[in-house]
Order: sequence, then structure tokens, then C-alpha cells
Amino acid sequence: MSLLVFVGVNVVGDPVDMLINPEADQAEIDRVIRHFGLDKPIHMQYWHFLTNALQGDLGKSFIFGMPALQLILMRMPATLELAFSALILAIVIGIPLGVYAGLKPEAKVSRTIMASSILGFSLPTFWVGLMMIMVFAVMLGWLPSTGRGETVMVGGMELSFLTLDGLSHLLMPALNLSLFKMSLVIRLARAGTREVVHQDYMKFARAKGLSESRLIMVHLLKNIMIPVVTVLGLELGGLIAFSVVTETVFAWPGMGKLIIDSIHLLDRPVVVAYLMIIVLMFVVINLVVDVLYSILDPRVRLQDVQS
Amino acid sequence: MPESTLDVRHLRTHFFTRDGVAKAVEDISFSLGSGEVLGLVGESGSGKTVTGFSILGLVDAPGKVVGGEILFKGRDLLKLSEEEMRKVRGNQLAMVFQDPMMTLNPVLRIDTQMIEAIQAHQNLGKVAARELARDALGKVGIASPDERLRAYPHQFSGGMRQRVAIAIALLNKPDLIIADEPTTALDVTIQGQILHEVQRLCRETGTSLIWITHDLAVVAGLAERICVMYAGRIVEAGSVDEVLDRPLHPYSKGLIESVPSHNQRGMRLNQIPGMTPSLLSLPEGCAFRTRCPKADEACAGMPSVQKAEGGRHVFCHHPHREAA
Repeated sequence: MSLLVFVGVNVVGDPVDMLINPEADQAEIDRVIRHFGLDKPIHMQYWHFLTNALQGDLGKSFIFGMPALQLILMRMPATLELAFSALILAIVIGIPLGVYAGLKPEAKVSRTIMASSILGFSLPTFWVGLMMIMVFAVMLGWLPSTGRGETVMVGGMELSFLTLDGLSHLLMPALNLSLFKMSLVIRLARAGTREVVHQDYMKFARAKGLSESRLIMVHLLKNIMIPVVTVLGLELGGLIAFSVVTETVFAWPGMGKLIIDSIHLLDRPVVVAYLMIIVLMFVVINLVVDVLYSILDPRVRLQDVQS
Repeated sequence: MPESTLDVRHLRTHFFTRDGVAKAVEDISFSLGSGEVLGLVGESGSGKTVTGFSILGLVDAPGKVVGGEILFKGRDLLKLSEEEMRKVRGNQLAMVFQDPMMTLNPVLRIDTQMIEAIQAHQNLGKVAARELARDALGKVGIASPDERLRAYPHQFSGGMRQRVAIAIALLNKPDLIIADEPTTALDVTIQGQILHEVQRLCRETGTSLIWITHDLAVVAGLAERICVMYAGRIVEAGSVDEVLDRPLHPYSKGLIESVPSHNQRGMRLNQIPGMTPSLLSLPEGCAFRTRCPKADEACAGMPSVQKAEGGRHVFCHHPHREAA
């Protein structure tokens, strides 16, 4: 993966052109190239990158002159906040709607929910984002369209959702980012519900005289959470990685915006470091999902293998 | 006759499908005294299970109880509100299902599933409910119930799961248990154990039992009275011994003759010709007439319930008069 990214990034464009004053002479250009180590052959550059990376050094940004890793970590809380808000929105709104649509598949409301979820799937995120800005920020003036607003420092991270102003800044981008996932959750929850309600154990639970709420909240929900968690876990990585679009539309100062800027300026170390971090996140998230599995589904717990 | 626990009168349950109305249960009546065991016999699709679900009020759409009365201890269950019905279900009236592999929720522990059944009807704390659950597991013959309570359904075998299901049915000391082919999915040795267990438990607690099955051998050893169902109707009802020894309805006779034990070794088994008709396109008049050896023109008209000696009922134009 690191090789792929490294080579890929290195074949496009010449960062030196972007960095150097057009009036600089050849000696100056050579000096800069040597400074960044760009005069060496690409396998040497890669070897250099790899040995440094193993020591936690992912290179220095050409533009900012500071370690790429540090640069990304600075921007990470904003992206994580956005991604998790979107995830929570997707779950909190998506699951009830999906379960409802699954329980009453013929109802008008359910059909409306399902039709909307198709829109959520198919409308491009950036377009929805722009429309949201137009309606809520420009026309109605209810919500601000750019930035994070007031933030509070919690444990070394700036967080927006703790202040009213920050929350109002967060709402639109989070909603925008979550629309796609929400549609996904709705469809998963509906499909799961449709399948589970016809199972014998649901009927048996009803035959025990349980209340409807207990049936749905415990018997149904616990069963449909398995596919939902699987997919959402995988999608969380995507949510973080692809918040690029939303961050750009709403000028949200997160990693996504940073990576777009870096790509524009051919700031190779930052791009590479960013992708490395995303890969790491995917791995970690998958691990967490596997652990969550065993909590949700007793059939996959390890100690059962022995018994 | 003592005060009956259950009195089903002219119950009709229909399924409204795209292809027409399937009359899964059509005008059936039977009653059941306290502590009595009734066998409900018939082949697949004859309406046995739907009868059970109708009594519990668990018929799923597109099915609907369209007529009749279900008097349970004097109350008409069909007139109860959903909440009143919930209080009856699992409390005074319990059901055990056919497939034990499917009746327990795979992601919830046994204790969760038992305690919730208790707490749905009794105002008990978790600890007290847990003790009840443990005792119930012990009663149905599950070893080390304390440990087993913490297990998940997939850690049990089929027979064990059915024991758990029976324990759950017994938790709130119901007056009536409807057992829907609870031993069909189990192998024969386990079948015998479970039968024996259920019989003992019902006798101890005075619980009435409706045992739904297609296995005549099971009914013979268990039930006092028997109802034979065919295509949504009870075609014959009476005491087990009389119906099995001297069936009046040609269908019951065919059913009994198709059991291997009645046959001499090496002889071909008698079988009922033809197939069960689709509920969507029943023949006019008697539903059995297309397969019946005794059918004639009269059978194109709907037969009526005829009474025979010994409190027996038969739904036929030409019941057998002689001993079979």
C-alpha cells in the first residue's frame, strides 16, 4: 500500500515548480531539489521514506515546513468530530426509520421513507451540500455555511459540538455527510426487520406475552444490529476518508480539506502521510468491528469454540 | 361435563392472499376440560397450526379470524383488546412450537428469555424471577440449570432447546398449553422423553393440553380425546380409543390404515389416493370427496355434523357404520 501510494504520488507533477519563485535561477532550483531529496532515484526516496516512517517520521511538508504527521493530527479532531456526528445522525435517524419501514412495509410513510433513501443514495454529496447552503444559509439564514464556529478545548482537541455556535456550524456538514450512510442504515434496518419479524422466535416471544416495545427494542433490535454494525464499521473508515467533499463544500478545517489543498500544491509528504493514516484507521476500525461482533452475536464468541 | 377450560365454537380463520381466500380453518368447534389432553391430528396444511395460532391471537397478516368464538375460561378471547390478550398469552395460555431450533432468540441468553417471560406477567424482581426460571429448567430435566441459564440457545441441542421452550411455556403456570408438533423435529428417543416429561408435568399441575401432531402413534399414548382435521375442518372427533379403533370418517380410516404397524409384514401399505387439495380450490361439498372411496353424488353437497354414540362427531354423508 505504502509503495503504491508513494510511487503514485511521485509520478504526478513536479512540486518544485509549484514551490519555487519563477524568477529563481538554476542553482537555486538545484538547491531546493537537493534539500527535499528529490534528486535521488525513486527507490532510494522510497527506502528513505520507509525507514523514517518506521520511526514515526512521515516526512516534512514541503509547504508548511513542519512534520506532515503533526500537520494531519492537528486537523484530525475536526474531521473525526464531523465523521462521528454524521455516524451518530445516521444511526439515530436511520435505524428507527428503517425499523418502522420494515414493520409496516405497506404504509404510506414507509414508502416515503424508502423513496427518500433512494434519493439519499443517488444524489451527489457535494450537490446536496451546496443546496443545503443555498436554502439554510443563504435564503433562510438559519445556519452558518462555513467554518467550525466557537470551539472548546477538551483533552487537547478542539471540539465544536459543546458550544451552541459550534453546534450550529456542525449541523449542516454533519447532516450532509450522513445522508448517504443514513440511507444505507435505513435499507439495512428495513431488510433486517423484514427478515427477523417472520422468524419463529419473534412469534414465540409474542406467545410469551411480551409487550410490543420489548419485542422491538430487545428481540428485534439486537438481531438487526449485526449487519448494521458490520456495514457501518466498514463505512466509518469511508466516512472519515471521504469527508473530503463535505469539508471542501463547507470549508470545514479538517484533514479532508488539508489533503485537497496538499494535492493542489503537490505537497507529497502530506498526501502520503494522510493516506497512511487512513489505512491505519481502516485496520483499527475493522478490528473494533470484530470485537463488537462478539458482543452482539454470541455465536461468534471464541470461548464457544471449545465448548 | 365439568366447566370447560377452552370452548371453541365455529371458529373460522381465513387467509386473504392475492390468489383468493384460503379457508385455513373453517367452522371448527371443540372443547377441552380442565386437565384434559386433546390431540389435534391431520396432515400438513389441514389447519392444525392455524387453529393453535388463532386461539393465541397470533395469526399474522394476511390471515384473519373471521368468525366464531373462542371461550377461554368463560371469556371470549376474540373480543379482548390487544393489551388484555397480551396478559393472557404466556400467562394462562402458552404455546410450544414445532421447530426448537427456531423458537429461541439466538442473540439472547436463556435467562434473559425466561426472566422476561416471568416479568411480563408477574411483578417479580430479577433475583426471584431467576430462581423461578432455574426451578423450571430443573423440572424439565435440564442438568445444572444454574449454569445453563447463562448459556445461549446455540449451546443447546434440539431436544434441550425444546425442553427450554417447554419450561418457558410452564413458567407462569398456564391453564392450557398448545403444543404444536413439539416432537416432530426431534429424533425418536428424545421424542419419547419429551412426551413423557410433558405428560407428567401436565398431570402434576392440572394443565390442559392441546397436542397438535400428524403422528397417530404419539396421540394414541397421550391424548384422551382426538380431533381429526382435514382441509380446515374437523372431520371426526371422539375419544382416542374409539376413533383409532373404529374410525367413522373415511379420511380417519385412511389415515389409520396408512400407519405401518396396522399392516402385515410384506404387504403394501394402504394409502389415501390423491393429494391434499389446495385450500384455494377446494372441491364443492365435502373436501375429501375427490379422494374418498365412498363418495357419490350426495357428497357434492356440504355434509353436516352427525352425532354418533359415545359423544362422537363425524362430518360425513356416509360414515362407516361397522367397526373397521
